[in-house]
Amino acid sequence: MSELSLKELAKKPDLLCPGARLCAGCDEAIIVRLVLKATRGPTIVTNATGCLEVATSSFPYTAWDVPWIHSAFENTAATASGIEAAIKAMKKRKEGPLSTFEKIDVLAFAGDGGTYDIGFQALSGAIERGHDFTYVLLDNEAYMNTGIQRSGATPFTASTTTSPAGKVISGKMETKKPIDEIIIAHGLPYFATLNAAWPLDVVKKTRKSIEIEGPTFLHAIVPCSRGWRYPAEKTIEISRLAVQTCVFPLYEVNYQNGRPIYKLSSPSLSIAKRPESKRPIEDYLKSQGRFNHLFRPEKNVKLLEQIQESVNLKWEILLDKCGF
Amino acid sequence: MGLNGDEAVAYAIKQVNPDVVAAYPITPQTIIVEKFSEYVANGLVDSEFVAVESEHSALSACVGASASGARAYTATAANGLALMWEILYIASGMRQPIVMSVVNRALSGPLNIHNDHSDSMGARDSGWIQIYCENSQEVYDSHIIAWRIAEDLNVQLPIMVCFDGFTISHTMENVYTLNDDIIKAFIGKRTFPKVSGHLGETELRLNPSCPITMGAMDLQDYYFEHKVQQHEALQMALKVITSTENEFSKYSGRNYGLVQGYKMEDAEVALIGIGSAMGTSKYVVNQLRTQGIKAGLIKIRTYRPFPKEALIEAIGDCSTIGIIEKTLSFGTTGGPLYQDIKSALYDYNKKPTIVGFVHGLGGRDTSPENLIQTYQKLIKIKDKNERISTLQYIGLRE
Amino acid sequence: MNQPKKKSELDLGAIPFKSSKEYKTGDWGVAHPKIDHSKCTKCTLCHFFCPEGAIKVREDGYTEVDYNYCKGCGICASECPVKCIEMIMKK
Repeated sequence: MSELSLKELAKKPDLLCPGARLCAGCDEAIIVRLVLKATRGPTIVTNATGCLEVATSSFPYTAWDVPWIHSAFENTAATASGIEAAIKAMKKRKEGPLSTFEKIDVLAFAGDGGTYDIGFQALSGAIERGHDFTYVLLDNEAYMNTGIQRSGATPFTASTTTSPAGKVISGKMETKKPIDEIIIAHGLPYFATLNAAWPLDVVKKTRKSIEIEGPTFLHAIVPCSRGWRYPAEKTIEISRLAVQTCVFPLYEVNYQNGRPIYKLSSPSLSIAKRPESKRPIEDYLKSQGRFNHLFRPEKNVKLLEQIQESVNLKWEILLDKCGF
Repeated sequence: MGLNGDEAVAYAIKQVNPDVVAAYPITPQTIIVEKFSEYVANGLVDSEFVAVESEHSALSACVGASASGARAYTATAANGLALMWEILYIASGMRQPIVMSVVNRALSGPLNIHNDHSDSMGARDSGWIQIYCENSQEVYDSHIIAWRIAEDLNVQLPIMVCFDGFTISHTMENVYTLNDDIIKAFIGKRTFPKVSGHLGETELRLNPSCPITMGAMDLQDYYFEHKVQQHEALQMALKVITSTENEFSKYSGRNYGLVQGYKMEDAEVALIGIGSAMGTSKYVVNQLRTQGIKAGLIKIRTYRPFPKEALIEAIGDCSTIGIIEKTLSFGTTGGPLYQDIKSALYDYNKKPTIVGFVHGLGGRDTSPENLIQTYQKLIKIKDKNERISTLQYIGLRE
Repeated sequence: MNQPKKKSELDLGAIPFKSSKEYKTGDWGVAHPKIDHSKCTKCTLCHFFCPEGAIKVREDGYTEVDYNYCKGCGICASECPVKCIEMIMKK
């Protein structure tokens, strides 16, 4: 695995080319570049409708130097199922160009809308059927491509254009759907969370998920400067805060003998070992305009406490699972 | 061999042995997927069978497979087709030659599992080729030739082979099958059009040796041109359907044509329709002929692309025509067949009298007696030289 | 600017025929990064954090900005561990 050092990875040409029309400072682009750097060879990519898709495939231009297909919003996992079945069929029959490669990996990119909400059924079905593909959830916690509407991934109290913070309602009043637990409950061979602030961790987990046969799932948190309302240069800083405050811990799950084995990744592991290094959730919330109403005109202590308690509880449950 | 319509499909698809079959069960299509699953389980085919969790995913998986260069097949009916709707346009827009059986069934609501054409008729503008079959033999033959039509380099479009739920799908008939070698040779290997991608010229398929981008966002600059290309390819299919059928007939001895006229040479009154009702109608035409009534029938087999020229030729000098169809186009002048035929004849100098009839909705039986009455109605209209523009119903308790 | 292709000149299937590399996004930003190689430790983090892939690692290990594509987000300057990248306002 010598090639998985930053030094070696830096030499690997980008398969997502420059000239894409994503916003300046877009974290999706960072994650996707890293994920593509982790590919081991021939790869076919399928992409749900969303920012990444529209900004990278504006006819007659394309930013993809890999075979790439976009079909619709909610069917990314189903499209991946078809691609994987085609690869299997043609390899079995020794027909067509796909049969000439020893291995072709299938990657699926989808946002939180395409995963938590509209694409949920197709994803669950594809995992249940056991197709060999890696699904990368690019979670920016709202429908950013259509203008920042709330999704099942939008966290409690975040203000979006369909859960605006108003005089009587403080943003989204429902909590984020526990997608990790739901996906892990499918019993898939590998699951991990990703954060661009730790590039090598992203690459290593991606490579692992590609190498493992069967469906694997990578959940990336991807801050969005437009939707979360922060200056573009703070993308990585805020991404890092998500881990430092334990609102988005980094961990991975392998199934061994039918049991999910949870393992904290080093950035979260060090917090588990030194609980005093865990930062208050306020640090994360106050860095983003979508939570402004929790601090202005006056601090909403009740809601902030509620959020902190919820983060604490979820972190403790994860620590339990990880054997702490 | 004795096969019902669904079994005839499964048998044909077994012989074609597509790379990927992705399907979801729905009455009255279920026998197809069950039978095909048996073939897979018994090693009689080596297709990858993907038992998806919905019809939306069935067609989505077919798009993914077909874009990867695979021959992909699926089957559905009614609400299943409705759930696929979004992907119908994506499959044709991406020019993927997927073959799909539509076992025609009434659309909900209210829920009804029996035959009419409200499902596939609604998809008539989705850019798919649509062929409607009259019996199990036609169903079998059509599921062979469909691949050659869809994959023709001048066409490259998906195709629906439609046939009536229960009336055909569940009714045992004697079907003449061809042997596997003939089918294999006739179908051949899938061919791919050449395209110039951003990394050079290659085939229209996902291939790591020369990556292309499929399903790009296509806005004001080019969408229009691409849509007109699609329209032209669909028109082109008329020729390809005819030439493919001609070639197939050398092996099968059967040639259906885009439209089929029955006793139209001297017909004074005629019905035009599609599907299994055409068999009953032929029987009725024969009966009427024994009474000296010059009745005729035109069966439209290829509905998309619409076979205007062939239809006009088949109509010939017939002066009074009834269109019978199992679809209501709510709030319009008649069913889709009626509208298409009427508009096709607008520029035709002979302008026969045309009356629209809707029958058989939700599986309501259309008996020979119903059809005799319909012909008699046409004769009356002809004798009185009437024009009737209001929609008529056959077998409705008014 | 070339004239858009006509219908008859287009292949079927709406397959993009240009690389996005031909679409320069370098004029999007108001500021551009300047790397001071005298302070740079060749950690290459700026290469990995650049959303555009506009920061390349040279043979000698130093990074270099391709201003044809840099959108001026400032992540590189913000994340540089030794603060050797400065955002300069465009004139």
